Order: sequence, then C-alpha cells, then structure tokens
Amino acid sequence: MSMVDVMFYVMSLVTLGSALYVAASKNLVRSVFMFFVTLFALAGLYVLCLADFVAVTQVVIYVGGILVLILFAFMLSGREALAGLQQRRNQLLAVNNLPALVLSVLFFGMMAVVMLKAKPESLGWIAEATAQHTAFTPQNVTISNVGVNLMTRYLLPLEAISILLLMALVGAAHLSRKEVEA
Amino acid sequence: MITLTHFLIVSAGLFCIGLYMILSKQNAIQVLIGVELMLNAAILNLVAFGRYDRLNNGGQTFALFAIVLAAASTAVALAIVLNVYRRYKTIDPGKVNQLKD
Repeated sequence: MSMVDVMFYVMSLVTLGSALYVAASKNLVRSVFMFFVTLFALAGLYVLCLADFVAVTQVVIYVGGILVLILFAFMLSGREALAGLQQRRNQLLAVNNLPALVLSVLFFGMMAVVMLKAKPESLGWIAEATAQHTAFTPQNVTISNVGVNLMTRYLLPLEAISILLLMALVGAAHLSRKEVEA
Repeated sequence: MITLTHFLIVSAGLFCIGLYMILSKQNAIQVLIGVELMLNAAILNLVAFGRYDRLNNGGQTFALFAIVLAAASTAVALAIVLNVYRRYKTIDPGKVNQLKD
C-alpha cells in the first residue's frame, strides 16, 4: 500500500465515522461540531482527487460560512424547544428510527452493488482520457487552468450562479427581517 | 491503488447517512445537515470524475458551482427555519402542519 492509499483510507474512515456520529449523536451542538470534522476530511478527499482548488473552496465556504450560519441559527432558536424535543425522542428512539435505518441501509446496499458492477474505469471517455493522458496527474498545476476555464468556457453558468446567489441572499435577508405590523 | 469505485462507495455511504438523517430527525437543522451531507456526496462524485478531465475541468468547475448553490440554499433554509420558529415556537418539521398564519 502506498502513502496515497493509506491517506485515502484514513480520510474516508474519518469522513464516514464522523458522519455516522453526526447522525447518531443525541447532543445537537456536538453533532454540529462533528460536522466540521466531516467537512475537513471531505476536503482531504478532494485533495486526493487532485482537486485542490475545490478543497480550499470547501474549507472556506462550508467550514467558514455554512457551519457558522448553522451554529447561529441553532443558537438563535431557543434551547427549551430543543430540550423538549430530545426527551420525546429518547422514548421513541428504536420504533421511530427503524424504518429510516432499514431504508437507508438497503439504499446503500443497492448503490454499492450498482457501483461495483458499473466499473466506471471502463467507461468510454475515461478510458480515452487515460489513454490520451488528459487525466490529472499529481505533477500538473491545475488552478490556473480552472480559473481560465471559469472565465471562458463556463462563463454563462458562472453568471447564472452569481445571479442566483444574489437572489437567494436577498430572499434570505427579506425572510429573516423583523416583522412589521401589516 | 485507489480507483474511482472507492470514491463512489464512500460517496454512497455519505449519501445514505444523509438520507437517514433526513428521514429520522425531528429537528429542521439536523434535517438541513442531512441535506448538506447528501450534497457533499454529490460533490465528491463530481470531483472524482472530474479527475479525468484535465482540459475542460468540467467536474471541478461544477463542484464549485454546487458548493455555491449549497451556500445559497443553506442561507434561505436557515432564514425559513428562523421564521418557522418565530411563528410556531418549534422547529420540528412534523409539527409545522398549516400554511396559513
């Protein structure tokens, strides 16, 4: 096993383990903080996919933005309601969650079977890319190419997404403003 | 040797954990975290396939777009959650059962 393999297994173990903890934990704050670990480990997995710019964006936007936002909303929505919720859930834990557990485990089984049988390495365009050496190798410097493509080939999606982001943020600000008497 | 299948299996696991959270949690914020996990599984797939596209960078670029979309959707969803809490004094999605004021 090479170093990269070891890194992959460590990263994916941390990712899946912390995600399981997020799903299973009773303590809401602790599960939100454990979500940090999941996102960091996912950034590590992106680096192993040779997508360093995406990894940095993941750390900046997810860990820096989204999680802080979730924590804010969490702290703002009072603690009494959450405490009542938790007590009720303790009693009904096994009965309530069993269907969800069965469904997600079965769905995982199905997806795993499909992915093991699909053999994505033998897909046409992937085999072609490997043959023509247009796949990433660790020697390439990729970030400048990402920037150039973002400003030329993907300019229309970039503009669309920026307008959508503007609309979403205006909508969020409108939704969360103080109610005026109407 | 780490192949594409390894990444796909990890992302399938993440997706199913997110699915479990969405189905079983009675707290809108935890449901939102489940959605984020599922989005991250999709982004992992995009990045894993994007490795084979050095010239056009399709996978990585759309992974970036998906991250930005996740940020936008989280902002709106949290604003809605705060509004729902203000109005119903609960954020259990099962208890919010009327549309009118």
